[in-house]
Amino acid sequence: MDYGEKRLMDKNQESLFVKLIPFFERYGILLLILIMIAVLHLLQPDVFLSWRNVTNIFKQVSWQSMLALGVFMVIVTAGIDLSVGSIIMLSLMGLAIASKAGMPWYVVMLVAPAIGFLCGMFNGIGITLLRMPHPFIMTLGTLYIFRGIGNLISGGVPITGFAEQIRVIGNGKIKLDVFFGEGAREYIPTSLILIIVIFFIFWVFLNHTRIGKWIYAIGGNPGAARAAGINVDRILIVVYTLCGFLAGIGGLILAGRTNSAYPNAGLQSELDAIAAVIIGGASFFGGRGTVLGVFAGVMIMGILRNGLNLMNVSVFWQQVLIGSIIILAVYIDVLRRQLATRT
Amino acid sequence: MSDNLVLEAKLVSKFFGTITALQNVDLHLNKGEVLGVVGDNGAGKSTLMKVLSGLYKPSEGSLFFDREKVTLNSPRDSQNLGLEMVYQDLALAGNLPIGDNIFLGREPTRKVGPFNFLDHKKRKQLTEEHLAKLKINVKSADQKVEELSGGQRQAVAIARATAFNAKIVLMDEPTAALAVKEVGKVLDLILNLKKLGVSVIVISHRMDDIFTVCDRVMALFQGTNFAESELKNTSRDEVIGWIMGKKD
Repeated sequence: MDYGEKRLMDKNQESLFVKLIPFFERYGILLLILIMIAVLHLLQPDVFLSWRNVTNIFKQVSWQSMLALGVFMVIVTAGIDLSVGSIIMLSLMGLAIASKAGMPWYVVMLVAPAIGFLCGMFNGIGITLLRMPHPFIMTLGTLYIFRGIGNLISGGVPITGFAEQIRVIGNGKIKLDVFFGEGAREYIPTSLILIIVIFFIFWVFLNHTRIGKWIYAIGGNPGAARAAGINVDRILIVVYTLCGFLAGIGGLILAGRTNSAYPNAGLQSELDAIAAVIIGGASFFGGRGTVLGVFAGVMIMGILRNGLNLMNVSVFWQQVLIGSIIILAVYIDVLRRQLATRT
Repeated sequence: MSDNLVLEAKLVSKFFGTITALQNVDLHLNKGEVLGVVGDNGAGKSTLMKVLSGLYKPSEGSLFFDREKVTLNSPRDSQNLGLEMVYQDLALAGNLPIGDNIFLGREPTRKVGPFNFLDHKKRKQLTEEHLAKLKINVKSADQKVEELSGGQRQAVAIARATAFNAKIVLMDEPTAALAVKEVGKVLDLILNLKKLGVSVIVISHRMDDIFTVCDRVMALFQGTNFAESELKNTSRDEVIGWIMGKKD
């Protein structure tokens, strides 16, 4: 009895602190971005917030954000997709070969997302129907398989030169003459519009549709989802297929940005995607995380790389820093959860 | 038997290979009645529940819902007949709010053009109404299930089972993992269901549970009907004796 009362008192004293936790849970990551922007602005006042640099960041993160969004959905189901970096390369190679074969641009444009879609579906079917013990194994296998196929069909050499209609997606500029006067150099990258639209669509999908709700439920407790009559395997196939599809869109954006398909495209980008998702607050154990968090995670990685480049910090130090941030972000999450369960 | 018969199992047997889990078991349940099923581990209680809910097909024997003979191919079939099972492991997703759990797989939606979107408002309203009807107290319908105590989780699991006008609810050890003060709340909830005209079958090891909520108790022993009695005509000692296979 005494113990109970004491706990109750502790709870009251803690209440302000406890009330702040959900606030930080929701907006802490945006706060972190603002702090990063402020610091980098102070360190590089002329360059960092210039129109050119900001659009540059958005262009750099454009294709990576597609991978992160796909991997995020997979992680919400408590799965993992290691093959997205290879899917982006294979879809890029497929696009390049279709382009070289002289197909019309609108067909070429569909090739990359279609290949991504099929690769993702292959992952999903493998994980569910072959009853792989963990998605890690299936997608580790396809990480090698997809990149191998990409090199087989291209002969392992880069293919360059795409139609203007393809390039516009990754490299296009929407001029802002209306706001800044005739001939102004300010513009919005087409890819930014594309990723905003896609993130919005997936936000609606995950938060306002039944399948979206079921994806979270599967991550929380697959047994509960099954008991509720949800066809878990079918939902998982949908999730991995969409993840592959998004990687295919990433391939399309990358094609426009680089105007070439090259064997090392997307190499290790699956790890960047996982890092962005984790930094964005998703739980590796599934069921937790938001689309906005993923976007924030992607932006943090992008801003960090950009800022460190501007300050001429060596790539090696960048690796050390990004690794540290991943561990720190998850450690903060661990602390937060400890606090939440203590009350 | 009374006219209020809602569920009946006649001469049900279930074999797993050479193992006989149930042999010629009879069970009947009336409207608004709480039936306690007791028995030692391996007596066949859980197997019987799984047969009633359609998870297992009986090897022999038949089931009657409202006096009509039925064949259940899956738990979906029994759900459609108004029978819901509250699972021992609760089958809730801790990361989702109470309302989402109650309506998981049966979410209210609204149509916008060709698309079906979740109707968050309606779900919240239905959840609050349902919780109020069962007199379940929680801070908010939006609270995540993982933030709830064991007893509250059990209450949500029961709320989930009864959200769609269930006529029969099966509960497998509903108080097993609960703190003492929470057991009472779950038992109150069972009595509440009874008042609402719902029939309940409770499997429990705890005599306190059986003697607080049940109208009738039946004992299984080694997969067979061993004894059965109106609660008022028996005693704890006698029921404990049945569990161990002793009868005067």
